[in-house]
Amino acid sequence: MAASNALLEVRGLKKHFKTPKGLLHAVDGVNFTIEKGRTLGIVGESGCGKSTTGRAILRLHEPTAGEILFEGKNIVDMSKQEMQKIRREMQIIFQDPFASLNPRMTVSEIIGEPLLIHKLVSSKEELEKKVEELMTLVGLSERLLNAYPHELDGGRRQRIGIARALALNPKFIVCDEPVSALDVSIQAQVLNLMQDLQEELGLTFMFITHDLSVVKHFSDDIGVMYLGQMVEKAASKDLFADPLHPYTKALLSAIPVPSLTHKRERVTLEGEITSPINPAPGCRFAARCPLANDSCKKADPELREVKPGHFVACHMV
Amino acid sequence: MSSVSNAAKPVDLDKPKAKNKKRSQWAEVWRRLKKNKMAMVGLAIIGAIVFCAIFADVIADYDSVVIKQNLKARMEGPSAEHILGTDEFGRDIFARMVHGARVSLQVGLIAVGLAIGIGGSLGAIAGYYGGRLDNIIMRCMDVFLAIPSILLAIAIVSALGPSLFNLMLAIGISSVPSYARIVRASVLSIRDQEFIEAARAIGANDFRIITKHIIPNALAPVIVQATLGVAGAILSTAGLSFIGMGIQPPAPEWGAMLSGGRQYLRYAAHITAFPGVAIMITILALNLLGDGLRDALDPRLKS
Amino acid sequence: MSKLLKINDLSIHYLTEDGDVKAVNNINLELDAGETLGLVGETGAGKTTTALGIMRLVPNPPGEVTSGTIEFEGRDLMKIPEEEMRMIRGNKISMIFQDPMTSLNPVMTVGEQIAEVIEIHQDIAGKEAMDKAGDMLELVGIPATRVNDYPHQFSGGMKQRVVIAISLACNPQLLIADEPTTALDVTIQAQVLDLMRNLKKEFNTAMMMITHDLGVVAEVCDKVAIMYAGEVIEYAPIQQLFENPSHPYTHGLFGSIPNLDEEVTRLTPITGLMPDPTDLPSGCTFHPRCPYAKPICAQQAPKNSVVEGEHRVKCLMFEGLVDKVSIKGTDQGKKEVV
Repeated sequence: MAASNALLEVRGLKKHFKTPKGLLHAVDGVNFTIEKGRTLGIVGESGCGKSTTGRAILRLHEPTAGEILFEGKNIVDMSKQEMQKIRREMQIIFQDPFASLNPRMTVSEIIGEPLLIHKLVSSKEELEKKVEELMTLVGLSERLLNAYPHELDGGRRQRIGIARALALNPKFIVCDEPVSALDVSIQAQVLNLMQDLQEELGLTFMFITHDLSVVKHFSDDIGVMYLGQMVEKAASKDLFADPLHPYTKALLSAIPVPSLTHKRERVTLEGEITSPINPAPGCRFAARCPLANDSCKKADPELREVKPGHFVACHMV
Repeated sequence: MSSVSNAAKPVDLDKPKAKNKKRSQWAEVWRRLKKNKMAMVGLAIIGAIVFCAIFADVIADYDSVVIKQNLKARMEGPSAEHILGTDEFGRDIFARMVHGARVSLQVGLIAVGLAIGIGGSLGAIAGYYGGRLDNIIMRCMDVFLAIPSILLAIAIVSALGPSLFNLMLAIGISSVPSYARIVRASVLSIRDQEFIEAARAIGANDFRIITKHIIPNALAPVIVQATLGVAGAILSTAGLSFIGMGIQPPAPEWGAMLSGGRQYLRYAAHITAFPGVAIMITILALNLLGDGLRDALDPRLKS
Repeated sequence: MSKLLKINDLSIHYLTEDGDVKAVNNINLELDAGETLGLVGETGAGKTTTALGIMRLVPNPPGEVTSGTIEFEGRDLMKIPEEEMRMIRGNKISMIFQDPMTSLNPVMTVGEQIAEVIEIHQDIAGKEAMDKAGDMLELVGIPATRVNDYPHQFSGGMKQRVVIAISLACNPQLLIADEPTTALDVTIQAQVLDLMRNLKKEFNTAMMMITHDLGVVAEVCDKVAIMYAGEVIEYAPIQQLFENPSHPYTHGLFGSIPNLDEEVTRLTPITGLMPDPTDLPSGCTFHPRCPYAKPICAQQAPKNSVVEGEHRVKCLMFEGLVDKVSIKGTDQGKKEVV
């Protein structure tokens, strides 16, 4: 299924963690493709494995199984040296704009560090010039060159994180909930910035979030994850216009709408999320699914294409 | 969500600020420390002792005043000529104490420096890599900790012979385990923070991560412990010299001076009292400073 | 008709070494019995400080109520002795804090924590209190058999339900909920909001819902107060707020939210950042960020103007001092530099 302009292809990605209680299946067989210049949104609630997926793609967590093809090459088995080169092409923006910046480094040191590590500058002047360019690119005032993260607000700190991710001129960026920790009005500013940068620099994004309204606005395609598996995948418009998986429907209906006129029919899920440790066979959503029957608990549903470009993993669809 | 954005004091873009002025975090710590009066008292006392140590030769010449015996003027009380009196060999106590300050500080700083260097490195490696390496290192440390540090120091000095250098070595080595522990704990708490992941994502290798990212953030508890560690080292030095395992006579050292005056406590208590008070004040000052530093550094740790 | 809660000209400041933090400045709010008031604003707007002020829990030092009265059931809460205030907390006015993970004592069972508030305020103790605690758990959808479980044995959503049970145990007249669902997953949030709505109806509890989410407001609230830099800049019954948002900041808030139902190519955020509470802008506190600001906005602080009925707004446009413009969200188009 490799498209010719696929930048990233993930096949059968798994990440398991050993815990005292058993094997935690954080990511359990995820497949997707992202084409150059597009944005794939990954949505889900806590414990669905979306953040782990993002980190596994960058090998910040070593995948337990599966292949990650970047520009056709499988990076899972690459050596440290080869991986260093790949790191310049794949970067990440983190959720917490405070925890993701070293509190003892200034803004310019944080943004300049990638350039130093990969020896992309030959003099102090060159470094400072490049750092200033990056700051201008993300809309940070020059005056902040020697400021420390704790002196700045969340929005500015997140811009520092974005500048750092752009320093190596990557092709692909994993955005792990980049605006969730920000105030609503700052969220909008940062989202607009990211959109602009995508157009300007031809970036490819994987946008991880729990906020469906943000992901619709930003993504071309969306994958919905639940307990480590992808349960639905479709073009953004299609997912919102015609959600097929019961979980997607419940998720969409749960979002409080800032409008009095539009009342969505609420599908309220019973109970709580089941444990990702040693999961039982069968559909993992069955315990809370309003449509579930006995067959759902026996066999794992496969992600099948039920409409052109629209994939669902559900026995009842 | 609310707490994150609120944590910052916004930089005021309207007030002009020189581009290259670094508003260091250490300046912030200093500002907080200044407010703690007791800590400032401690700092002042340490400052005075450091001054004495540095200018010891200017204040009192070593050969002619400190070690030269003058048996005619033995055990005299404080007078105009000898501010703190003379000891059992007629030597000026004040001059000896000033030079003794130099010895105490030297041992304190170097012993602690050694301990931080070795212990800190071991702790950082153990904390960062975890697993078996962590186990091996820390169990070795545990073995050392099981031996009372003063006994360990005595053993090392006995083996190597009493001298200033061996004293520093002995006290330093016996302090290694506690610094290893502290640094390891610090590293463990920092290791899983997002900015370390971020460093990995941009391609930093382990060495860079440990030295540039982890250690600068792990310093705070080490600094506090170091201040108290210097106090401990000074006490150990005094103790070892007291039993004759430290600095050899006629070199002046506070503990040795204490020991020398023991027999004359009844009628020339000042020989023991003054060095004793000096030790006490120094330790007190270091403790006050250490407490103040802990408070000044703490809010930094929280945020 | 006397209101359940009436806040008049309340100001709360924090006197810190970095300056005078003007957290809340001359706000006026009312609440009827059984009504839900939404207190909306972003970080630093002063919502939590207002809530703490009502409960008289503002840490002092460095916080201080510098002016105003808080009338609850006719009495000024600022003037009653601490003894009496303690009888009101948890009993007549209850508070739910934002983070369910840290609101519960980890070494007490949930039953004990619910029973505690019952024992303090009612003449019930021991087994009877625990029975009542079990009843409260059932009420919030948790089996009463779990009354002896510890908080760590519950998930985030369930912990929040326990917190709700504690807050409603003594059937308070007023419940203050500080972002009760922000830390929860959206499907769990939906459950908890449903629960709160039903309980509110059953007990006829008045509620002050603090949130930054206009969607939550639309679901739960009867009236809304929008806060910015410590002031209530708009106050309206919910219908009027959504049909006719008047203050430029309110417009900005709506424009910042990605809308699920519309095709929006670009969001229209508010430019700039929240002001420094130790150094608030002169005149109208919003003027540096307002796309419609005129010179007079920097000089004169707006007073409350009536838009329609109970809908009031603090903006010079409504005092006739600035020309009224048809307000749309404005997209700067170009990248702005912060």
